[in-house]
This record gives sequence, structure tokens and C-alpha cells, in this order.
Amino acid sequence: MKIIVCVKQVPETQDVRLDPVTHNLLREGVKSIINPFDLYALEEGLRIREQQGGTVTVLTMGPPQAEAALREALTYGADQGILLSDRAFAGADTWATAFTLAAAVRKLGGADVIFCGKQAIDGDTAQVGPELAAFLDIPQVAWARKLTFVGPERLQVERLLDHGYDLVEVQLPALITVVKEINEPRLPSFKAKLKAKAATIPVYSLSDLGLTENQVGLKGSFTRVVRVFPPPARGQREILQGAPEELAAALWGRLQQMHLR
Amino acid sequence: MDYLLTEEQTMLQELALQVAQERIKPVRAELDEKEIFPRDLMREMAQADLFGVIIPEEYGGLGLGCLESCLVLEAIGSACVGVGTTFAATFLGAYPYLLYGSEEQKNRYLPVLARGEQLAAFALTESQAGSDAGAIQTTAIRDGDSYVLNGTKQWITNAGEASIYTIIALTDRTKGPRGASAFIVEATDPGISFGKKEHKMGIRASATAEVILQDCRIPADRLIGKEGLGFIIALRTLDYARPGVGSLALGLAQGALEEAVLFARERQQFGQAIISFQAIQHMLANMATNLEAARALVYAVARYIDQKPREFSKEGAMAKLFPTDMAMQVTTDAVQVLGGHGYMREYPVEKMMRDAKILQIFEGTNQILRNIIGQALNKEYTKKR
Repeated sequence: MKIIVCVKQVPETQDVRLDPVTHNLLREGVKSIINPFDLYALEEGLRIREQQGGTVTVLTMGPPQAEAALREALTYGADQGILLSDRAFAGADTWATAFTLAAAVRKLGGADVIFCGKQAIDGDTAQVGPELAAFLDIPQVAWARKLTFVGPERLQVERLLDHGYDLVEVQLPALITVVKEINEPRLPSFKAKLKAKAATIPVYSLSDLGLTENQVGLKGSFTRVVRVFPPPARGQREILQGAPEELAAALWGRLQQMHLR
Repeated sequence: MDYLLTEEQTMLQELALQVAQERIKPVRAELDEKEIFPRDLMREMAQADLFGVIIPEEYGGLGLGCLESCLVLEAIGSACVGVGTTFAATFLGAYPYLLYGSEEQKNRYLPVLARGEQLAAFALTESQAGSDAGAIQTTAIRDGDSYVLNGTKQWITNAGEASIYTIIALTDRTKGPRGASAFIVEATDPGISFGKKEHKMGIRASATAEVILQDCRIPADRLIGKEGLGFIIALRTLDYARPGVGSLALGLAQGALEEAVLFARERQQFGQAIISFQAIQHMLANMATNLEAARALVYAVARYIDQKPREFSKEGAMAKLFPTDMAMQVTTDAVQVLGGHGYMREYPVEKMMRDAKILQIFEGTNQILRNIIGQALNKEYTKKR
């Protein structure tokens, strides 16, 4: 089974600062980590490998220092890491990022299953995974909390929703994005740490992927970040209290007052 | 302090500290309170390759030495000595066949231990044979291609949880200590059973119970080495294991010192942080100094053992004696620095003080260790004259 896990290097702090002009994240002086959701994606990839055999390749796009995220992924037992890095990739939105990742997946000869975290904690878009599936023209299942093989190439997936879960089946190859409920990521192992230290991390550039400058990075992006701001504080709220019957009556009265019935 | 560790040693130490901080520390109070055996933690430590440290690479281990095992035990001990004891007991059980076992025994038992799939235990102590280990009553009688074992081993760490037991038993009652032999008994062998789990003052996450052998019949090839080598094997095993106990003490004292310093910086009395008082500062200074002295000793002895000296009983004893007495003092002082808070279960130092006591007792009481050191000195000076 050929398994690819996509990871993103993100700033560790929850308290991110923004460049007032470009609205990009200010990363200087902030420690970088693997996006936490991606560690669950990696763990799931490693578990599938243990169950089914095969290889786990970890893929990331980023500046040269994103290599550290791949090396860290290797300490958990991934087989290889590949860095997509080129000046031309800079400033990519989710579309251009997914497009570039798709080219790398094709260059690697495709995958039976691709795992992503449900979203990155910096951008929080949750778009790259599904977009990558679209570019590769394979099915995608988002927010997986449990996977079970029901056939050699068929997975049953529980998708975590707000009020329960969806149970779906998907034929491989497919892309799965995972939520934290899916597993408990393992610790690094000493043998893998030794291997990770010595590993060579191949770097794929624009030309390696056979793409042109207009397809990637800022030039290949359809969106521009115009402004980043914290959401406005919630308006005035009122908490009703009392027995259920009283609450229902009070709520009904209030809705009538607001002409919402 | 910089102990000039290699990059590989530092990496191993960091990994063990990560296990301690992220996995053990958050659950240690509950494991202690409810006396829960840390099966899941053992699995996680196995997954991180920590069970392979002293096992040679040809048997699936990391092939590292005494210093590396000390670094790991110190890190684990900094979070919980109960978990550390559970972990270390497997090595205590494995040293006999690691050092004296046949190729078949090593191939059969070491890889499963290196992978952490099974735990091991070491059984020497009996109700009438503690410090006087020569007084054991358990027997192993040869019967064709088998040995039949009878007797009861007491206070055995990992009893009932381990799959592989090293048992010291008499094959010839007439020869006294020279009539003892070491055997490997599996938990699935007929005639082995376990007593009730003991309730202990400290290291309550670890499992301690009797190992009961009633006409326990095992194949003759489970004998380790030769008949009559039992005590030599047992004593050598303890020589190797003692710096490990010292390392648990280092970790324990480090954990206690950190709690004490952090508390003393926070706690306000007479309008200032109590760390500003010399009475507190001097206690902390003594704790830190004695801890560092103990660490220097343990690391030096571990490095000495890694040079494969012919004899190191004295040094091994020192590497347990000094750090465990130190840890008892440091944890007691940590409780004192925290005062009433330190006596409460909401704070971790009372557990640390309870855990410290066993380190002065097991694997050779500190009184027996002084005997070993004293006897070695006597012998050294006899030779010199």
C-alpha cells in the first residue's frame, strides 16, 4: 500500500502576529512545529502501513527550513520525506498549494491513500486536502474519526459531524482528512530518530514538477489576502433560565416579539 | 553541568524525557493513588525502542551500554519511580541470560523483551532470605529432561505481569550457596502461580507479589549457565543493575528539587518569596549539590562498567548507595520546603518521598551495600600488602 501524508509546518504559538502590509504570518522568532492535525494523519498512515504493509511518504511544501518538519515526521517512523521548495512557490493560496502538491503526488506515481490533517492551525481553511483530491480526480472523505478496511481496496469511514457521524465507504485510491479523535499519535522511536538524522530529504523544485511560474505561488493563486482581523465580539446575549416548559414559553414569546415565527 | 554526552546519548536522553514529561507525568498521581499497573506506558516505551537499550543489536536491541540505560532510567525516574521500577525490572530479569545464557535462550527471550512485547522479572528473595540471600529454600530437582521447582519467592517486582521469570533455586542443598542455580520459568509453565498483589508505601504503580512454584516442571535447557552458578549469576546481575537504581534516584531527586525551587519562588510569606530566605536557599543548595555529586558518581561508574572491567561490585554498590541516600534526603527536604503543601497529595513531593524509601531497601539494602564496599576495601588492601 502506497501511503502519502501531507503535512504543513506552522508556528507553534497560538498568538500569531501579522505583517501589517502583506497580512502574511510573521514567522521570525517563532518556533515551528508540524501542524498538530497532521500528526494524527501521519499516525493513521503508519497504522495502515503496519496493518497492510507498504510505505509512508511525507510531503510538504514550504521554505527550505520546512525540511525540519519532514525530519521530525521520520522520527515517528515514516519511510521518506519530500520537500517541495522553490522561490516560485511562495505566496501560494490553497488552490496553488494543492495544485503543486498534486504535481508532486503524480511525480511519485500516485498513492493508494493520501492522508491530511483536517486543517492547519494557522490558516484554518481546511481546503488543501479536498482540493488536492479534486486535482488528482480521486474521492475525498473529510473529518475521518475512524477507518476500517472492508475490502482489499475499500475503506469504511466514520466522518465526525457536529451532532453525530456519517458512515461512508470509499474505494481507493482516495484522500482522507482526519480529526484528532481518530487516534493517539505515537512517540518517536530511537531507531527512527537515528535514521531521520542521517536521511537525505529530496527537494522538488518548480522544474522538477514540470510546472510553470504562472501555475504556482502567488501568480498561480486566485485569492489575495486583503485584510486579516479578529472576529468582532459577539453581540448582546441573554441567558434564559428555568424549567424546560418555562424556557419553551419564554423562547416562544421572544421569537414572536422578534416577528420570527 | 555538561557530562560530555555523545549526540546519540543526548538524543536517547531527550526521547526518554519526552516519554516522562508527555506520557508518564500526567498520569503518575492516578497510577499511584489507584495502584494501576502501567501496561499502556510500557507499550509506549517499547514503541520508542527504550526496552532495547541494553540488548545487543543481533537480538533486536540497540546494543547500548550501562551509561545509556542510566540516562533512560534517570529520565523515567524524574516522572515516576513506580513506572521506572516496572521498566527496570525487565532488565533485572534479563541480565542473567543476557550475560550467561545459551545462544538458544538469548534468541528465544531477548528479541521479545527488546520489542517490549513481554516483560521479565527476577526472583531471588524469599520470606527467610532477604539480605541473607544464601538462605533460600526453593529447590530445583533434576528429573530426566526436566527440572521440577518448588518454593515461594517473595516481593517480586512484575510478578503476575511478566511473562518470563529468572528464578534462583537450589539444585544441591548440601552445597549451600554453591548449590544454587538460575532458571528461566515462563508464566505459562505448569505449576507457577502468583500471590496477591502487595499494597506498598510507594512505587504503587509497580506490581509486587509472590511467585509460587508447586511442582513446576520446566525443560532442562532452561537452566542458565551451569548448575551451581546461581549465586554468581544473581550477584553479577545485581552489580549491573545497581547503577540503574542509582539513576532512578537521580531522576527522583531532580524532580523533587525542581518542585521545591519552583514552589519556593512562588510561595509568599512575610511579604516575599520564601526562596529569598537563606534557610530555604541553603536547603535547596544542599539538595542541588548532593544531587550533582551523585550524578557525577553514577555516570562515572556507568562509564567504568562500559569499559568491561573484570570486577566492579564495589563501584556498582557505590552507584546505588550514595544516590539513593541522597534521594531520600532530597525528597524529605522537598516536602519540608513545601511545608504543609508538601504533605498534601495535591502536590507530587509526598509521593516522591514515599517512592524514595524503597530505593534504600531493594536490590541490596544500603546496609548490605556498605558491607560489599567494606569487604572489597579489605580485599584490595590484603592484595596490596
